[in-house]
Amino acid sequence: MSKPQDFDAKAYWSATLRLLVITLVIWFVVSFGAGILFRDALDGIHLGGYPLGFWFAQQGSIFVFVGLIFWYAKRMDKIDREHDVHEE
Amino acid sequence: MDLKTLTFVVVGLSFALYIGIAIWARAGTTKEFYIAGGGVHPIINGMATGADWMSAASFISMAGLIAFLGYGGSVYLMGWTGGYVLLAVLLAPYLRKFGKFTVPEFIGDRYYSQTARIVAVICLIFISFTYVAGQMRGVGIVFSRFLEVDITTGLIIGMGLVFFYAVLGGMKGITYTQVAQYCVLIFAYTIPAVFISLQISGNVFPQLGLGGHMGDMYFLDKLNKTVTDLGFSAYTTGSKTMIDVFCITLALMAGTAGLPHVIVRFFTVPKVHDARLSAGWALVFIAILYTTAPAVGAMARYNLHATVNTAVATGGDKFAPDASIVGETRPEWMKRWEKTGLIMWDDKNGDGRIQYYNDKSKNPEVLARAEAAGWKGNELGSKKDGKFVGTVDNDIMVLANPEIAHLPNWVIALIAAGGIAAALSTAAGLLLVISAAISHDLMKGVFAKDISEKGELMAGRVAAAVAVLVAGYLGYNPPGFVAQVVAFAFGLACASLFPTIVMGIFSKSMNRGGAIAGMLTGLVFTLAYIIYFKRDVLLGMPKVPDSDWLFGISPEGIGVVGMILNFTVSYVVMKLTPACPDHIQHLVEGIRYPRGAGTAQAH
Repeated sequence: MSKPQDFDAKAYWSATLRLLVITLVIWFVVSFGAGILFRDALDGIHLGGYPLGFWFAQQGSIFVFVGLIFWYAKRMDKIDREHDVHEE
Repeated sequence: MDLKTLTFVVVGLSFALYIGIAIWARAGTTKEFYIAGGGVHPIINGMATGADWMSAASFISMAGLIAFLGYGGSVYLMGWTGGYVLLAVLLAPYLRKFGKFTVPEFIGDRYYSQTARIVAVICLIFISFTYVAGQMRGVGIVFSRFLEVDITTGLIIGMGLVFFYAVLGGMKGITYTQVAQYCVLIFAYTIPAVFISLQISGNVFPQLGLGGHMGDMYFLDKLNKTVTDLGFSAYTTGSKTMIDVFCITLALMAGTAGLPHVIVRFFTVPKVHDARLSAGWALVFIAILYTTAPAVGAMARYNLHATVNTAVATGGDKFAPDASIVGETRPEWMKRWEKTGLIMWDDKNGDGRIQYYNDKSKNPEVLARAEAAGWKGNELGSKKDGKFVGTVDNDIMVLANPEIAHLPNWVIALIAAGGIAAALSTAAGLLLVISAAISHDLMKGVFAKDISEKGELMAGRVAAAVAVLVAGYLGYNPPGFVAQVVAFAFGLACASLFPTIVMGIFSKSMNRGGAIAGMLTGLVFTLAYIIYFKRDVLLGMPKVPDSDWLFGISPEGIGVVGMILNFTVSYVVMKLTPACPDHIQHLVEGIRYPRGAGTAQAH
């Protein structure tokens, strides 16, 4: 594994970690936050026939997870390109 | 054509399809055997991962669990999907860049230790066999219930089929049969759900139907009213404590990300970029089933109540004498499934009618009304060891669902084929990682380093064959019921492999001693806790009361504590033992960026 030329490993890694933290915060908020810890408060609000906390726990969190992974993959591609470590 | 013949035809056709694909996709090299040649398209891999992932428990048991747990069932929904986010950001791309064949191989190389590799193999074998036992049992159950053959014959047929395509085709055969199995199982799951959603709230999409109207009120409100009137806890609130819900969800998520048979699927795609995308596609295919399941569960629960109590649909008095249906007029499906013991009617008050309610309700008003109506206890449950038990079996909610909703026979046949597809695809994936751990990690890696490519391929096939036999035995003689056994595999993966792999990527200084001590601590602690609190099921000893749970965390959620212990012990031991050598630190730097990821390399 040869290192790419002029590659700032530190900057690349901190950009990656920043994106990772943002992704995991969203992951935590929609599932553990909305679906578990703050469910009682959210259940007072309704989304159609769904109490909102219940909806997050059984539907919403899953939809967000799907979107989140594709968003993360896209942002990572951008970071890879900016640091010129993307695959040919 | 009668139902049984139709079921044989549908299941037989699906088997012919799998065998055809297995012959077409034979593996000729170890690379094809372990990682399908490393050139699988991310969408195809996502679909295969979906089938690999969704087991007999997801297909047969999950909707039923949700039906009876209500909100509490959310732990499975979030837990078994949220893990893919962890996989995509923490593991899959980096392990793909590392570019080897197995999970223990990564751990062995990263922690420069054969011991670490062997410990990882031990963790892997514990996790995978726990999981595979549930699958083989699932195969046996589906065969015996739909095709009325006995459970042993069902097991042998299932083993024979898995043997054929896992041993012959390796990862390549498995990947392409899993794609076919995904199509069969998702079709089988969503078709009845769509019909039932249309019946209940007139919406084609079950995801919307669950939040839709039924008559003049929202369906969920109607369901809440139905179950609370009969003394059960409200559907949308459930009965588990918050800390337990939190821990089980987290254990299932981290466990998902630490399951070897899921991780290896990301070794089969061509690039790091594809590994990230593939996690997303896998979750798309999984989400189709997982967002449908809550609707299936809730609607099946409602239909079950409405079947035995006519006042549920009309909104009349559920305790009126003629609200409960006359036992002799109960529907055909109930009589049929009574033979399996999944459902049973026990006329306690001898009035010839079926009274279904919660006779252990905490609501005194319900109990008083039941007593005034002359009800002498709940009369609908299941049969265990020849005796009446007051809970209907979870599995019936999916298995009998099409019959409860009066759907045509071909839909019922499809459910049988779908259940078998779900169990077989997962079993095959598991057997492959077990065989790879033995032939590649133990033999090629440690005990027989000079083995030839051909010899290793042969060893892989023999190991897969032996693993099939052991799995069959475990399925015949299972430690507990399907969903329960599977839930424990997650706790073990969450406490042992997941933290060790994550530290291997995100900490350059984590060393050999720390990793080995951490893995062993996580595995032993979690295993001991599960065995201690489940000794009534596992060992037939007297039950330990749930009030003794550590911090109120059930055995299903204890993997989280095991994970924290793993991190802590690793850190402390790392500080006390020699530092991680320089060349390993360079190796870790190398896996952190994508460029230069060739297809996975043999040594």
